[in-house]
Amino acid sequence: MFMDFFWAFVIGGLICVFGQICFDVFKLSPAHTMSLLVVLGAAAGGLGLYEPFIKFAGAGATVPITSFGNSLVQGALSELKLNGFVGVITGIFEVTSAGISSAIIFSFFAAFFFKPKG
Amino acid sequence: MPNNRMKNLTPVQQEYQELAKQEEPKRPLFRNSIRAFLAGGVICLIGQGIQEAFIRWGGFDQKSAGNPTVAVLIIIATILTILGVYDKIAQWAGAGSTVPVTGFANTMASSALEHKSEGMVLGVGARMFELAGPVIVFGTVSAFAVGILHWLFNPTI
Repeated sequence: MFMDFFWAFVIGGLICVFGQICFDVFKLSPAHTMSLLVVLGAAAGGLGLYEPFIKFAGAGATVPITSFGNSLVQGALSELKLNGFVGVITGIFEVTSAGISSAIIFSFFAAFFFKPKG
Repeated sequence: MPNNRMKNLTPVQQEYQELAKQEEPKRPLFRNSIRAFLAGGVICLIGQGIQEAFIRWGGFDQKSAGNPTVAVLIIIATILTILGVYDKIAQWAGAGSTVPVTGFANTMASSALEHKSEGMVLGVGARMFELAGPVIVFGTVSAFAVGILHWLFNPTI
């Protein structure tokens, strides 16, 4: 249990350091960095590396945006197994629905009811 | 400035660009990295705590607990964005607050809030994905590519 928390902290932190290096050394914008991380996560998911990584790092692997790429791939692959080729299209947002839907809904109501601060 | 754009400048302008480059403050990479590490680590630590709670009391297993955890983090990040706290954290944390999924939620909520004055449809609706859009587009396209590759080359499917 303690080790789960330890590795979540360390691995999650290291992925963010990678992002910071993209910002400062390679002068990438946040949008470029996040896109890059998502593509890397999708590639790792496609190679079957991300699921063992989640087993090891827990939230350290599921909270960074790389996990979004992996979730897209997992959705596509599980539907591909069930329904064949069309499943790639129908399955992509299967797993990430919770994340995207909640982000859209809460952002909409945030803008509806509140004014920007600062 | 990229080299091809450099060529279109007069020599004096080029000289100025060189000078500006020298005077540009160096980004403190080490300090920024430490901050990104700490902030990102803490956000993942909170995520781990929420995930353990879902496993213990919500009847989820380790694999299925990831999704509700992400949803809870998104709610928290949206609330912190409304309060104007997330942007303050981001100034200190750099990539530590951008890379976790909370940063994704923050970009959506803050663009939605910021463009409210342009109207609900053209402001909130259209601008919400200004920063989050590239992430979704490139994620989806690469997931599609991975799916096609598996379809072509993975004999177990």
